Amino acid sequence: MSVLKVNEVSKSFEHEEIIENISLELHEGEIVSLLGVSGGGKTTLFNIIAGLSMPDKGEIYLDGEIITGKPGYISYMLQKDLLLPYRTILDNVALPLMIRGEKKQVAREKASEHFAEFGLEGTQKKYPAQLSGGMKQRAALLRTYMFSEKVALLDEPFSALDMLTKGTVHEWYLDVMEKIKLSTLFVTHDIDEAILLSDRIYLLTGKPGTITREIVIKEPKPRGKDFNLTEEFLAYKKEIISHLENSDKL
Amino acid sequence: MKRKSQNITNKIWSCSAIVVILIVWQAVCSLGWIDSFMLPSPIQVVQAFIKEFPTLMEHSFVTLAEAFWGLALGIALGFVMAVLMDQFEAVYKAFYPLIVLTQTVPTVAIAPLLVLWFGYEMTPKVILIVITTFFPIAVGLLNGFRSADKDSIHLLRAMGAGRWQIFRYIKLPGAMSQFFAGLRISASYAVVGAVISEWLGGFSGLGVYMTRVKQAFAFDKMFAVIFLISIISLLLMKGVDYLQKVCMPWDKE
Repeated sequence: MSVLKVNEVSKSFEHEEIIENISLELHEGEIVSLLGVSGGGKTTLFNIIAGLSMPDKGEIYLDGEIITGKPGYISYMLQKDLLLPYRTILDNVALPLMIRGEKKQVAREKASEHFAEFGLEGTQKKYPAQLSGGMKQRAALLRTYMFSEKVALLDEPFSALDMLTKGTVHEWYLDVMEKIKLSTLFVTHDIDEAILLSDRIYLLTGKPGTITREIVIKEPKPRGKDFNLTEEFLAYKKEIISHLENSDKL
Repeated sequence: MKRKSQNITNKIWSCSAIVVILIVWQAVCSLGWIDSFMLPSPIQVVQAFIKEFPTLMEHSFVTLAEAFWGLALGIALGFVMAVLMDQFEAVYKAFYPLIVLTQTVPTVAIAPLLVLWFGYEMTPKVILIVITTFFPIAVGLLNGFRSADKDSIHLLRAMGAGRWQIFRYIKLPGAMSQFFAGLRISASYAVVGAVISEWLGGFSGLGVYMTRVKQAFAFDKMFAVIFLISIISLLLMKGVDYLQKVCMPWDKE
């Protein structure tokens, strides 16, 4: 059964269609990427799924229930960590629980249970400014997970990190995902990242943006460090690049 | 470590400047270039300060009480105004120009009116201080509220946060540094405001003391009270800095 379902969603701004007739599904425990060039309407779709803006047409379902235009159901994580500088890491991570009305003490206890799992041990009392970029993204993912253990949206979460950090963060990310089984819709423009992390990839192309292709990455998880050096990886990459190039010409 | 030693060198410079000025001042008086009833020497000022210390403390207490109440009410009013202007666009449009207008009215001009309306007791003084102190607080807070990060607000909304929660978790803590910048100014305004309002009518306070010693041509006492007011203002500003450090532990870096 699908956790999250986007059904025939379209949206235009000032008479210009940004996205057209987008449908996608996210199954339990899956990591699904939405891959497309910048400015292709990824962010628009993203805001609609998060309930921050209304689509012109179409619906969003969470566990079979309509949540179109309603915030408070799906949390997200961006390239910017958006950790509040005046709260400790623990209080940042516990924030979604406190917003939901849990007592401060309870929220803190629940949040601190996951610090070790996310490789954040020892950062509880630090402020975001004292952490490295990679660690901040870890904390941001944990905050997203504290909001919902089921489904999360990630919008280019690692694109601000440098190559080397990105490598270790990817490893960490796959490792954590094995443990927490968070169903994730992962928006990215990084082809390697999409192949490395995803179970399936939707390709978003054209203007207005539509999904023109779905690719299943069959490589079983956990994936080895050198998966991105294998023939299979390159084959996926070629397939994606040629599809993106072809649809650009149209 | 480096910053600390730099700080000390800076202080050495400013301290030596003050010492040089004091020496020159003392020399000018001792050599008889200026009559001592016109300009008392630093030593005379210190003597006057010591002799008058009990009286000065009594008057300080009154002035500080006025400053305290005026500042407390000014902070409260500034806070309420800033919150209302942030939450309701109509309030902002209606009142912001008016608030700016209140700051163009010279305090010395309205103080006598306040005395006529409210008498010689504490009320007119506190009102005057409220008028001068609420402005930096309100403007500082409002700027802080309005410059809150839009992306953070969107994220909290997606997490289901309401207006009040967004205010509490993002806007209010985000405005703290601007609030303290305003408070620093307001704290010194409060003391100066109290003194000015005492000049124009009252029974006790440093401003009343000032008018008395001025009429008696006791310039040594006049300088003593001027320095006392400066010291009080400086101490208040230091106090605000200390309070800021305590309230904003994340700001150490």
